[in-house]
Amino acid sequence: MRLRTAWPRKLTNTLMEVVSGVAAAVGLAALAWILVVVLRHGAAALNWTFLTGLPSPPGGSGGGLANAIVGTLMMTLVGCVIGVPVGMLAGVYLAEYGKGRPFATAVRFLVNVMMGIPSIIIGLFVYTILVLPIGHFSGWAGAVSLALLVLPVVARTTEDMLALVPNPLRESTLALGVPHWRATLQITFRAAKTGLLTGVLLSVARVSGETAPLLFTALNSPYMPHSLAGPTANLTVTIFNYAMSPYANWQEAAWGASFLITIGVLALTVTSRALIRERVR
Amino acid sequence: MERRPHTKVQAFAESWFHGAALACAALVLLVMLAILAELVHHSRLSLVKFGWKFLASAAWNPVTGEFGAASSIFGTVVSTLIALVVAVPLAIVIALFLVEVAHPRISKPVGYAIELLAAIPSIIYGMWGLFVLAPTMAVHVQPFVGKLVGKLPLFSGPPMGIGMLTAGIVLALMVLPFITAVVRDVFALVPSVLKEAGYGMGATTWEVTRKVTMRHGMRGMVGGVFLGLGRAIGETMAVTFVIGNDHRLAASLFASGNTISSTLANEFTEASEPVYLAALVELGLILFVITLVIQILVQLWLKRLKLRLGAEQ
Repeated sequence: MRLRTAWPRKLTNTLMEVVSGVAAAVGLAALAWILVVVLRHGAAALNWTFLTGLPSPPGGSGGGLANAIVGTLMMTLVGCVIGVPVGMLAGVYLAEYGKGRPFATAVRFLVNVMMGIPSIIIGLFVYTILVLPIGHFSGWAGAVSLALLVLPVVARTTEDMLALVPNPLRESTLALGVPHWRATLQITFRAAKTGLLTGVLLSVARVSGETAPLLFTALNSPYMPHSLAGPTANLTVTIFNYAMSPYANWQEAAWGASFLITIGVLALTVTSRALIRERVR
Repeated sequence: MERRPHTKVQAFAESWFHGAALACAALVLLVMLAILAELVHHSRLSLVKFGWKFLASAAWNPVTGEFGAASSIFGTVVSTLIALVVAVPLAIVIALFLVEVAHPRISKPVGYAIELLAAIPSIIYGMWGLFVLAPTMAVHVQPFVGKLVGKLPLFSGPPMGIGMLTAGIVLALMVLPFITAVVRDVFALVPSVLKEAGYGMGATTWEVTRKVTMRHGMRGMVGGVFLGLGRAIGETMAVTFVIGNDHRLAASLFASGNTISSTLANEFTEASEPVYLAALVELGLILFVITLVIQILVQLWLKRLKLRLGAEQ
């Protein structure tokens, strides 16, 4: 028997281990690079006027994005107020009522498919049903497109979280004579509380950074939004418009807005992940 | 029984709750159908005028009203391909690092950080791509590559920074965490008995990964790649910032191009002619159909996978 020498194999192995370490470092470096750039440029743009003032004309100085901050908060809030209950009810149907039915299987399949539909298509769809017939862009249309993005995410996590609740808990509740709807809302939901909250937070994080669906629905506006009836200012479309402009003060404002969005989204994500870990423990 | 609850009221509430849940579930179905119907309805002008030629024509002239999707489809496919070529191998070796090489004390925070990449909104990638990556590409990377292999048409042209290659790299970074997460889970799910059998034969970590782990988890990895593909193909803002938005077809990766979503983002609000608008909606319809097909394939694939895994255990 001829013994194969081990060193070429060991060398390949060491090489691949080094390559894998380098690849992980590349991923980390990318994250660090993006965060450092956003934090540095963003921190330079931030000040009290930026948070409370209205936009300044191109080429000028000062001014702020209070209107966009308020608009983004309003549309995200309304989008979630519409999307979260609907998504939760759909999830309840999938987990509690429709189990094993072909209709539920089809809907579950479509929920997964809908999560993968590009957000710009959702924006296009809402444009055709809420902007074209009415004749102008509106914050309501923006909120509806965000709601449509929230819907499948919340439906999916609700179903997953309810499925994790042990069946004996349901059965013992029903055995006491509690109707199914009360058992679901008061017992099953309570058992799955943390998971449901996580799903909601993750979906809020996802939509608050969305730009593409708002481009065709809420558009943008230089004024403070008092209602959602007309075009509504928002941070993400402002970033898009300002970054593509040649004016230095607008580009600086775009960095400031990027800073706010990044911090907000990361805070939501980290919070929801901490919640998950607590639940597992 | 004296203390029976108000049965009628309860039954009424129960049926309402059940009905509401059913209605919300049906809404998902309704919305998907409505998206398809609305996109077809609003692109009919372009559908009728250009027919199937729309898919093959590279014309895009709002002044003469001539439109074709070829350059947008080409750009979408090329940028997605670049993203996958960069991201898939990177994701596999990162997963290898996280599962097999690194100590859990290191791999946990590293994995967490890479997952955070997925949380960053795409417009932030766009800002970074436009103001940081594109200048870096123009000053450092592209002149160097041009000097090295500039004779090839693939890498010819002036180093502008923005263009197909930069868009592909930004996309790669965006899909990296998704593919990494799937591959990591696939690697972790391989039964340790299989790996231990490999190690028992005297195989090295890399040999076990290549010949046991990857072969066993091949189907799962394919699912992960398709998941990344679905993400990359419809990504809008990050691409719009860095691709240059040019409707000419170019062989060079340094050249500007456009994707379906970047064209929509750039031109939709300025489309004044009905035909122009219809052509843009038809682009959206094409993107919708492509992603729909990909998503359906992925879901079927993953479903079959789960069934098979269930049957094996």
